[in-house]
Amino acid sequence: MTTILKTTNLNKVYKLGGLLNRVRINALDEVNLTIERDEPVIISVVGESGSGKTTLAKVILRLVHPTSGSAIVYDKLIVGKGDKPSNVEFFNMVQPIFQNPFEAFSSHRAVDSYLADTAVNVAQLQKTEVVAAMAEALRLVGLDYQDVRGKYPNQFSGGELQRVSIARALIPRPEIIIADEPVSMIDASLRMNIINLFLSLKEEFKRSFLYITHDLATAYYISDYIAVMYRGSIVEFGDARKILADPQHPYTQLLLASIPDTRTKWERKKIALSDIEAKEFGFTGCRFCNRCPIAEEMCKVERPPAIKKEDGRDVYCHFA
Amino acid sequence: MIRLKNIQATYTTVRGKVTAVDNVNLEIPEGIILGIAGESGCGKSTLLKVIYGNIDSPLALEKGQIEYGFTDEHGTIVTSANIREHWFKGISYIPQSSMSSLNPVTRIRQQFVDYLPARADKAAVLEAVRDYIQKLDLPVEALDAYPHQLSGGMRQRIMVAMGTYFNPNIILADEPTTALDVVVQKGILLLLMDIQEEMKNTIFFVSHDMGVHFQITHKMLIMYAAKVVEFGDSKVIFSEPLHPYTKMLIESLPTIGDKHHRAGVSGRPPSLWENLVGCRFAPRCPLATELCRTTEPAFREFHPGHFVACHHAEKANQLDEVAIRA
Amino acid sequence: MTMNNRLRIGITILAIMVLGSFLLPFFNEVDPTKHGSYPKNLPAGSEHLLGTNSLGQDIFWWLVYAVRNSLILGIAVSLFTITLAGGVGLLAGYLGGIADRIIMTLTDTIIAIPVFPILIVLASLVRGQTSFLIVGGILVFFGWAWGARRVRSMALSLREREFINMAKFSGASTLDIVTKEVFPYVSAFMVVDFINAILWVINTEAALAVIGLSNIEIPTLGSIVYWALSYNAMFTGQYLWIIGPVVATVLLFLGLFLTSTGYNELYAKRRGQL
Repeated sequence: MTTILKTTNLNKVYKLGGLLNRVRINALDEVNLTIERDEPVIISVVGESGSGKTTLAKVILRLVHPTSGSAIVYDKLIVGKGDKPSNVEFFNMVQPIFQNPFEAFSSHRAVDSYLADTAVNVAQLQKTEVVAAMAEALRLVGLDYQDVRGKYPNQFSGGELQRVSIARALIPRPEIIIADEPVSMIDASLRMNIINLFLSLKEEFKRSFLYITHDLATAYYISDYIAVMYRGSIVEFGDARKILADPQHPYTQLLLASIPDTRTKWERKKIALSDIEAKEFGFTGCRFCNRCPIAEEMCKVERPPAIKKEDGRDVYCHFA
Repeated sequence: MIRLKNIQATYTTVRGKVTAVDNVNLEIPEGIILGIAGESGCGKSTLLKVIYGNIDSPLALEKGQIEYGFTDEHGTIVTSANIREHWFKGISYIPQSSMSSLNPVTRIRQQFVDYLPARADKAAVLEAVRDYIQKLDLPVEALDAYPHQLSGGMRQRIMVAMGTYFNPNIILADEPTTALDVVVQKGILLLLMDIQEEMKNTIFFVSHDMGVHFQITHKMLIMYAAKVVEFGDSKVIFSEPLHPYTKMLIESLPTIGDKHHRAGVSGRPPSLWENLVGCRFAPRCPLATELCRTTEPAFREFHPGHFVACHHAEKANQLDEVAIRA
Repeated sequence: MTMNNRLRIGITILAIMVLGSFLLPFFNEVDPTKHGSYPKNLPAGSEHLLGTNSLGQDIFWWLVYAVRNSLILGIAVSLFTITLAGGVGLLAGYLGGIADRIIMTLTDTIIAIPVFPILIVLASLVRGQTSFLIVGGILVFFGWAWGARRVRSMALSLREREFINMAKFSGASTLDIVTKEVFPYVSAFMVVDFINAILWVINTEAALAVIGLSNIEIPTLGSIVYWALSYNAMFTGQYLWIIGPVVATVLLFLGLFLTSTGYNELYAKRRGQL
């Protein structure tokens, strides 16, 4: 079985503030994830802002160094102590898609220059093969090379530009693509176009995805696995369908209940919203205890352990 | 009753003039939450700006008038001519991005006070503000903080507090929750609903997310390419939409528990720079016929209280699998 | 590319002065610095457009050569200064960390040195015998630091932008990123900086000449003022001798300033329309 993704005790601590009142933010707190499969998968990491999901993506992309811990992608150690692949080898394994397509491209360069650069520097193709590779990648995302050639970022719509971004990520045929909130900046009615694309890229072209989002509905639609995060820790992790059909952690239940769907109207109960961020990161026990409907005294002091359930999921709660 | 009469708003740029809101005519009852839906660029934010009266070059109100349904101290109905005098008290605006509306170098509590006339008693006001904040379940410490010390969600909740503090007749919310995650979004939406039920104000809520509209709105307005294409009660619009675009918007949202294939709305809205003939949605519409391409459909009352601009209105709900047009 | 009026006027003034000062000397046989070529203190006339001065030199031709030399000095020093500032700033800003701290400490030290008192001290040691090269060197030494700081802060903020990450994942090396991603954003400011540097050089050189630090035998806008002051031109009624260079300096400044701000406006518009 291939280890598609495995993080071991991944930690990232940020120290903010001046000399006199330093605040420690555990952006990632002992994050342990293991996914082993032989076929490509889509793993969703879901959480609010401040949950650590973007930090996790950045650590896996090697844009941020973790304070401690290690990570393995497709059987290769990419972060942590030991031999790691060089940048070029790494970029052939892992590629990103960023949240804001207009920020992801420099407004001074034509977008296809980025594709060409990837083809030459990462995929290490010959000059003669570059155009064919670009055209093929663009075709996979539903765009025509002639329509993209020579154009600047502001000549595209958000959805189109995001597709160009995906095409660029496909050129080196990476094993896994890390998509950090790829559809948050796109209109709700147009998101499914991109989401369906991810699904077809996984099924027909065998690419795995790490899909970071705060939108459970799209996560439900395409994920095989889902990891729910809150303030730097995983609270629930396992098979996506099972977790979303029967959420066991109180936070997952809260997330599910907050999705505005078009079937049932919400109950008009007040929901516990988060307090000032810095305060919550400082809790020694479970970070969710302030907002949790079933919290007790012990939750404030003791970190919840990972409880493995029969269906294979992990729930990090004292009362799982 | 709030009346929008023949509203035509344009932007003048170096390329010329483009009509961002084209001939909008509506009568909106007071005391409801009205949802305005549509893709980016359809004109919904511009419409909101025009209603607010925030009309500065390059935006211009070419034609049209608005009657706001409330009267000023002389007893005359407030219209677009004098709406600016009633900012914050009669009408307020909650923007999408709080960071560009909050003064980054003053504390939050100071920003409440800034809106008041000079002779007001600052201490008393701050006391009242503190009470109001607590009533909305916001932490009082937020008042003493600077904007950058608060998270995006917290700031937006503060913006809602500011926008509702003076109990205005009309609240305009321009995608206030779009940049936030679902839990905070739900919190803010529930808050708005509570405030509206208690104060009976009219809320105009712009969003591109139909799920949000389903949850909170009483009536809905769908816009496409600067025109209004459908208007009616939310319940009816969601169960029996008359316009194919509305149907496609509703169908494009994935739902948990529902694995049936969903497709996003394909294609792009037409460029408003071109000379548009016929129904603007025709190029993407699975029901389009020759009539649609040549003649613009009139915006008319199809059922009582339910308006639509479509030649084939009755057929929209029969679109089971929405056909995808490249 | 529709130029705005500022740019048009600025470029026109500069064109006249540059072409004038570079081409006219070809039509002149007499060395304007030679003393006593003509009768002294002649008023303006058809033979001597601005008259002659107390040394028997034709003021007009002196001015032409002066403008030319000031411009050459200005452009040469600015090129060096900009290159140094750009290189150091981009490196410090992009690399960040320790490299940035070391480079910035050095830069800040130079910024902190009070230029004028140092120059006055040097002037008293050297007394008008310096070669132009040394003057240029001094100007470059003091001139590059501010620009480096500006470029560095731009590079620092650009480094956080998402497209830098995209470039990394497209296989770009650090040099690639600095030149292809960061530099285009910085280049517009550098053009403006270049023009402003020319202004600064001319100004400082003039000041140096007036206090005697520059080589006063070589005609520059500064040395002409030096000579006019030494011979009390204002008191002896030889107004053209001192007004001539002042007007020329002001015109040059105006031309450079208008070009600089006009270009800035134009570039901003183009980026918006692009």
